[in-house]
Amino acid sequence: MSSVSSVPVSLAPGQTSRLRVVFVGHVDHGKSTLIGRIFYDTNSLPDGKVDQIRKACAEEGMDFEYAFLLDALLEEQEQNITIDTTQIQFKTAKRPYVIIDAPGHKEFLKNMITGAASADAAVLLIAANEGVQEQSRRHGYLLSLLGIKQVVVAVNKMDLAGYSRETFEAVRTEYLAFLARIGVEARAFVPISARNGVNVAGRTPEAGAPNPMPWYTGPTVLEMLDTFEPPAPLVAMPLRLPIQDVYRFDDRRLLVGRIESGTLKVGDALVFSPNNKTSVVASIENWSGPSRTEALAGESVAITLKEQIFVQRGHIASHEATAPIESNRFKARLFWMGKRPLTVGQTYKLKLATQELDAEVVSVERVIDASTLETVTGERPFINRNDVAEVTLQTRGALVMDNHDRNPFMGRFVIVDERQVAGGGIIHGGVYSDRTKVKSANIYWSEGNVLPRNRTLRNGHRGAVVWLTGLSGSGKSTIARQIERELFNGGRQVYVLDGDNIRHGLNSNLGFAPEDRVENIRRVAEVASLMADAGLIVVTAFISPYLQDRRRAREIVLEGGHEFAEIHVDAPLEVCESRDVKGLYKRARAGEIEDFTGISAPYEAPENPELRVQTGHLTLEESVAAVLEYIMPRVRAVSEDDVAI
Amino acid sequence: MSTSASDLTLPDFSSHPAHAGKYAPPTPGSCPAFFPEKVSRSDSAHLDALEAQSIFLLREAFHHFKNLCMPWSMGKDSNVLIWLSRKAFGGHIPYPLLHIDTTYEFPEMLVYRDWAVRYHDLNLIVKINEDARAGRGAYAERGPIGYETADPVTVTHELKTAALQQVMAEHQWSALITGIRRDEDPTRAKERYFSPRNKDFEWDYKDQPPEFWNQFTTSCAAGEHVRVQALLDWSERDIWLYIQREGIPIPHMYFARRGQDGKQYRFRSLGCWPISGPVESGADTIDKIIDELAVTTTSERAGRAQDHHERNAMQKLRAKGFM
Repeated sequence: MSSVSSVPVSLAPGQTSRLRVVFVGHVDHGKSTLIGRIFYDTNSLPDGKVDQIRKACAEEGMDFEYAFLLDALLEEQEQNITIDTTQIQFKTAKRPYVIIDAPGHKEFLKNMITGAASADAAVLLIAANEGVQEQSRRHGYLLSLLGIKQVVVAVNKMDLAGYSRETFEAVRTEYLAFLARIGVEARAFVPISARNGVNVAGRTPEAGAPNPMPWYTGPTVLEMLDTFEPPAPLVAMPLRLPIQDVYRFDDRRLLVGRIESGTLKVGDALVFSPNNKTSVVASIENWSGPSRTEALAGESVAITLKEQIFVQRGHIASHEATAPIESNRFKARLFWMGKRPLTVGQTYKLKLATQELDAEVVSVERVIDASTLETVTGERPFINRNDVAEVTLQTRGALVMDNHDRNPFMGRFVIVDERQVAGGGIIHGGVYSDRTKVKSANIYWSEGNVLPRNRTLRNGHRGAVVWLTGLSGSGKSTIARQIERELFNGGRQVYVLDGDNIRHGLNSNLGFAPEDRVENIRRVAEVASLMADAGLIVVTAFISPYLQDRRRAREIVLEGGHEFAEIHVDAPLEVCESRDVKGLYKRARAGEIEDFTGISAPYEAPENPELRVQTGHLTLEESVAAVLEYIMPRVRAVSEDDVAI
Repeated sequence: MSTSASDLTLPDFSSHPAHAGKYAPPTPGSCPAFFPEKVSRSDSAHLDALEAQSIFLLREAFHHFKNLCMPWSMGKDSNVLIWLSRKAFGGHIPYPLLHIDTTYEFPEMLVYRDWAVRYHDLNLIVKINEDARAGRGAYAERGPIGYETADPVTVTHELKTAALQQVMAEHQWSALITGIRRDEDPTRAKERYFSPRNKDFEWDYKDQPPEFWNQFTTSCAAGEHVRVQALLDWSERDIWLYIQREGIPIPHMYFARRGQDGKQYRFRSLGCWPISGPVESGADTIDKIIDELAVTTTSERAGRAQDHHERNAMQKLRAKGFM
């Protein structure tokens, strides 16, 4: 649509940006018609467009629709539903606008968010003849969630309601009550007929015609749009420069990114979070012109530093006195649009400005049905498509952020699932610390010793030892490898100790005599305990036939302060012998192997293991699930100690 | 850089009905590019905001897709993209440019192309769908594809989209930087900044991924690619104001020249010569072009025949992979 080229744009001093207005509302409540009408009334359409649409309508045997000016895609015309966000521009006498049309159909919530998330103001439509609908409420709530405070409610299709003041007042009263409950203030309610052009630009369908709603004396929709304010200037806020990349061209090392807020000057001392290195701005580069001494919010810049400290994408440059929050655990309000539910404990990619970290939802405080505003609290470990929720999130590594009310650009994030942005959230309640003085204890990457708690915070789980014991051929190694794969895929730190990686190196001097077996197990227990200390979930797969040895292993690990789970991988000797994958039983029976457990050496079954997995009856999947079900709740970082923030 | 190897003899375009009597050749020996005088008009802050967003998008594209390419039509938008790329990357363009040569290029545009390659130090790849033009291989049964034998929608698909598919398969690019704008066409108004395409280049405009808060779809499966639309927010007028402000060199054909019939003509949009008609206009400076845009209500691509061949032609072309 070349509406822009038809409209000369001249701006008053200081009035530099177009106002972005999103149009939302229930399906069929007339958004596209209103927008089409606004184009028509402001003469923002190319020559012949109206005639072209009239002709197309006639071909389809339909009445002329203003909505078709906007809904130019064939499918949309056939289905009479707006499919996607469309950005188009028009101009009133006061200023230029970018219109964002957002679909009202429930399935297209993601398109509405795509449009509405960048809006400065919103027009919410409610059809007078149908009244407040589910989507009317949901959209109202999402506008408040996205932080859009300038809202005008257009009560449309007044022609179908006989231009009745009572109908208008009823809709107004009902929706006002709803908005009050969610803390949104509508600037005005305007009764309109988009189709007939009443209270859109003018008050009457055509010049000289009688005003069908003489009882309404408030502003028209266009007059209301002109009262909206442009976005607040970001220049006065603290500096935030998320680093996009570091380039090395022509022997220059350029740090590039867009200044999201604040002002940057040559000579400024910058602190780069989260590694807290500082350096001074040497230059602000400008390829096509003279270099500059100052750059402002909104600019994409390339800077050089005096000291060449380590900086990479995702680091956030700020001034030291007004540094952002660093944490790996925070509270957020979140909306979800993914095809699969957002699930507690699953690892997702979280993106905030140029940062990308693995993250998981630790807990869901409450889920809010945006339509009824009913709140679901308690143990619900997932968030469904179109839900809005209060959650606690944890990232693997330090996340640099601001509270949304302090700085929107650094206070909002998205969550990626299946390669697509599937949800978005707003951060609140984070605590700022003074970087110029003590490093806050909240920040786990503070200098000094790395404590087990620090490792737990980073990994999202504690270290632990899962000790599998059982006869040769019972399935220990198979189960151990499968557990390792599953935990690894889930983003956990995990490692398997078995004969393959212990016998050949660390214990290569040991045989299978009883005293060698004792020493073998002692060494395995010590190594496992060290690895658990390093934060890993260690799975051991050794026959470990003696009760006393396993008791000793338990003591070693518990002394290290870690979870120890003895799992008896239990299959009858006959089953193991019939499997005999490596042919060892056959050789033992033939007397070729001495001291073979179960044949020529004893196996002392655990009397009281944490878990018994009967692999004679269970499938591999079931066995693995049983072990994971037992171990995962015990390694989760949940206590106040673990997650103090 | 490979060169045009088509051995087909095309009719002289200046005798074509779209151009007969209207076209005047460039002055012999003149520079192939027009260098506008740098003038900054009133809404510079708006241009600053557009520029900052485009540079941000180009840098995001370069970070996430190491194997990417920027198609270049030589038109005004594409030359703005070159300029923005050089600004984004300290004067360098760290990705190759691609010219899909339909073999129906205006001869003076090819001269401009070779000049710009030297001027901007471009790494340019030129691709022609040779099989389609010669009626070989997959086209053996249909015979040569060209405006002489096929409708504009078919020609655009085969000589542009199919050529793009061939060269994409050769180079395995996972992202393309495009210069499309929302205000050009209603279907382009629906676009995302980062717009994924499947293996068959299809655009699933009914189920596009969400895109907000400047977080984009920054990965794709093997064989698929992402279109990075770095000029999406710009209008035709913005492009001209920016070219003027920055003094970006562009082809002469956008500016009015007196035709053999004595009237003045210029091109508002440049494509294949059989389907790109000039408009009658005396605008021979950027100021005059901008003034002209302020009063015109015909759309920019009105001179492009393939858009109007049938109802929803543009939508069909774009769903099949056209830019």
